[in-house]
Amino acid sequence: MSKNVLVIEDEPNIIEAIGFILSRDGWRVATHSNGEDAVEAVRSRMPDLVILDVMLPGRSGYDILRDLRGAEATAGMPVLMLTARGQNRDREMAEAAGASRFMTKPFSNSEVLAAVNQLIGA
Amino acid sequence: MASLNLLLSVSLAYVALLFLVAFAAERAALRGRVGWLRSPLVYTLSLSIYCTAWTFYGAVGYAARSGLEYLTIYLGPSLAMIGWLWAVRKMVRIGRSQKITSVADLISSRYGKSTRLAVFVTIMAVVGTTPYIALQLQSVTLSFAAFAAMDPATTLPGGSSTALWVAAGLAFFTVLFGTRNLDANERHHGVVMAIAVEAVVKLCALVAVGVFVIWGLGGGLSETLARIDASPIGRWEMVNGRWAGLIFLSAAAFLCLPRMFQVLVVENEDERHLQTATWAFPAYLMVMSLFVVPIAVMGLDLLPEGSNPDLFVLTLPLHDGRTGLAMLSFIGGFSSATSMVIVASIALSTMVSNHIVMPIWLRVTGGGAVVSGDVRHVVMLARRVSIVGVVLLGYIYYRVSGGGEALAAIGLISFSGVAQFLPALVGGIFWRGATRNGAMTGLIVGSAIWTWCLFLPGFGDGVVIPVHVLEAGPFGLGWLRPEALFGIEGIDPLVHGALWSLFFNTLSFVIVSLMGFPTPVERLQGAQFVNVYQYSESPGRGAAGPVQTEDLLMMSQRILGPAQAQALFLREARAQGLASYLPDPTPGFLQALERELAGSVGAATAHAMVGQLTGGAVVSVEDLMAVADETAQIMEYSSQLEAKSQELTRTARQLRAANDKLTQLSLQKDAFLSQISHELRTPMTSIRAFSEILRDTDGLGTEQRLKYASIIHDEAVRLTRLLDDLLDLSVLENGQISLNLQEGRLSALIDHAISATGGAADRLRIRRNRVAETLLLTTDLDRLGQVFINLIANAAKYCDAERPELSIHVRQRGGTLIVDFIDNGTGIETDQQAVIFEKFARVGEQKAGGAGLGLAICREIMQRLGGTIGYLPGQGGAAFRVTMPLARAMAAQ
Repeated sequence: MSKNVLVIEDEPNIIEAIGFILSRDGWRVATHSNGEDAVEAVRSRMPDLVILDVMLPGRSGYDILRDLRGAEATAGMPVLMLTARGQNRDREMAEAAGASRFMTKPFSNSEVLAAVNQLIGA
Repeated sequence: MASLNLLLSVSLAYVALLFLVAFAAERAALRGRVGWLRSPLVYTLSLSIYCTAWTFYGAVGYAARSGLEYLTIYLGPSLAMIGWLWAVRKMVRIGRSQKITSVADLISSRYGKSTRLAVFVTIMAVVGTTPYIALQLQSVTLSFAAFAAMDPATTLPGGSSTALWVAAGLAFFTVLFGTRNLDANERHHGVVMAIAVEAVVKLCALVAVGVFVIWGLGGGLSETLARIDASPIGRWEMVNGRWAGLIFLSAAAFLCLPRMFQVLVVENEDERHLQTATWAFPAYLMVMSLFVVPIAVMGLDLLPEGSNPDLFVLTLPLHDGRTGLAMLSFIGGFSSATSMVIVASIALSTMVSNHIVMPIWLRVTGGGAVVSGDVRHVVMLARRVSIVGVVLLGYIYYRVSGGGEALAAIGLISFSGVAQFLPALVGGIFWRGATRNGAMTGLIVGSAIWTWCLFLPGFGDGVVIPVHVLEAGPFGLGWLRPEALFGIEGIDPLVHGALWSLFFNTLSFVIVSLMGFPTPVERLQGAQFVNVYQYSESPGRGAAGPVQTEDLLMMSQRILGPAQAQALFLREARAQGLASYLPDPTPGFLQALERELAGSVGAATAHAMVGQLTGGAVVSVEDLMAVADETAQIMEYSSQLEAKSQELTRTARQLRAANDKLTQLSLQKDAFLSQISHELRTPMTSIRAFSEILRDTDGLGTEQRLKYASIIHDEAVRLTRLLDDLLDLSVLENGQISLNLQEGRLSALIDHAISATGGAADRLRIRRNRVAETLLLTTDLDRLGQVFINLIANAAKYCDAERPELSIHVRQRGGTLIVDFIDNGTGIETDQQAVIFEKFARVGEQKAGGAGLGLAICREIMQRLGGTIGYLPGQGGAAFRVTMPLARAMAAQ
């Protein structure tokens, strides 16, 4: 069984790093680097898991998450939020928006792996 | 033969009677029984002080010398009373509403309370009146002497000693009844009553003598008329000019004489009395003048040649042995003399003490803040001293002049002296344009001419003015001859002097008034005087009573508040033993009320308010000025409060603004920290992720490992640069940077900047105009270079044209150096142009390497260098303009 992940992130190096880690773990990694049409990207791909950065060009990760949770098809989709702003307020906002998991950059590769696998219940 | 002692006794008895009358009138007035004291009859009789001893004795003498001309002296006032009633009525109204105390007070009040005017008028009045008082003393002395001559049993006492005794007695009487109380209205009921009695006595005496002369001596009316026809006196020899002049002069004097002003205006109780006086006073004068001609004719006929015609009234009965009638005649003359002296000295003493003694005393004692009781005492003393002084002056004049011959001439000279007040007086109450300077000039000019033409020559030829001056003029200037000014001769000296003095007086008064502008006080006073009927209430206001107290209570409630005002009134009513809220308006209560009100509205305002309600007195300009002063103070105080409150509001607004700013700063700081966190964590994320990959992943290809290592390296460099920028910005923002001023050429600086951007600039074609760049600058070249590098690097990095170009334009405009950096890309969108200079602002897609601090740093640098950096829209591509004041650059050239 192949695990599909959509990484929504704008920093090329971070996309590369996450892509490398997850594909090594057997994920099929798709990436999207723009906030504006991120929701459509999720809907069209319907991945098993979304890794969502908070600060995206065009649109905030929180808004995207709120839209996803508002739509029936994506309401229960596991979403791992990543943020470079590690304040408590950011964590609270992420939880309020409906994030399944919240992680602060920089992260440990193994932690990310553990988290994503836990989220899809593998 | 009548003994002198009998005459003395009768005189003393008469004087005692006068004392009694005056005393009774005072008592009656004190008890409030003023009904009959206030009758128009008493007022009319008091006006008869116009008829002095000069009229009583002198008119006969006048008739004996000059025929019917004596009539002019009676015609003048009669015409004045009838024809000038409008002027008289206005004077009376003004006198009441302005609390005028004398003619000097009226003139000075009208012209803005001018002290100099008051002093001048007072002095003129004293100068004009003193000979007149002397005249009265002389007439009493002469009549006394006439009696003594008939009584060989008695040795004649010295004339001067008689005059001295009379003077002393008059002074005593006047002091006693003239300064009894210091009434604000200056009314003297006792004196007025005594004068009224004297008026009746002198009329009766003259009528009695007249009747005796016609029917006793002349043998009946027709016989007497026949004698008159035979005599030169009876001939109707009118010298038109002199008659008109004399009538006008006596009419003017009637209004201006201090003693006439005193009875006419100051002692007036009720304006309506004037209506009675209008016909009664001329009637009185007519009766007084009726028997003058018969007495004169008979005197000339019967008495030995050389007899003094001024004493015919007395000597005719004496000659016929009618001692009783002679005594009555003496008492009549005595009455005329005394009443004149009494009233004149009261009037003069009021003027002297109010306008001369009191100002001097106040100045000497450093007045101003004097207790009122203290001043009362001083005023009283000043009055008494002034009365004694005025009578004494009259006596001294009598002694010095040696009781000269025809004193009647002095009377007319006095008339024309006081008539100098007329232009200022009449002009003042009818013409608003009249000014103080005009009045002063007119008075000075008029009295100077009067002194030269009438007063000094009046002492007799050669007494004061040498005879040759009289004949040829001073210093041989013929046109200045006292009796023929401007070489116009042939006019009667009296008419000549009066005419010229009044003419120039009026002329200069009008001209100077027209040339100048009245001061504010004058203007106000002028309005109050000229329009007195609009400003004052109708006469005859009701007496004090409960209605008035109710008004006071209503007013006090408004000012003090109902509870306090009622408590005050109730307390006073209880103290007075009354069982209501309304106490009687006693002076004490009014004073207390005024004090109470003064605490709230100021003393002047309180006084004006209480005065308005109780006295019916019109608020004077001084009151108004004081009220205005108070109001100004209160307004200033309230405006100070207002200013303070405005200041507080302003401070509050400033504090709010500061608070807003702090809140905003705190938000900005949060946002900034959050941004920094993001900017630091992002490269760190890559570094950590890839270093973990390198560490934990086996079997990575060389190429891959190399790639990941270089990512780590690049991100480490980016992190370092970010930290550098942050530090730089922090230093710049805190103003801690010290500028390192150097001199350098702009072209070299741009060269350096281009080469410093290194490889980035290779893909960019740069257009420059090197001629324009040959400019020496003195500034921090490193920092300016940093800005240029940033702009060039940005262009290299962000210009999206196929073949990127950057144009660098250098210009000078009005002392400012302008360097534009314009590329040929798509530029920056309008909505983002505003934010690009903010920290961490990045436009469009993120390209590796930029931390978003470059332009923020540029902006800080340019600010430190005294210049600006801004985005220049509408240039095709992205355009940045750097400006710097050239002053620094030029100075280096």
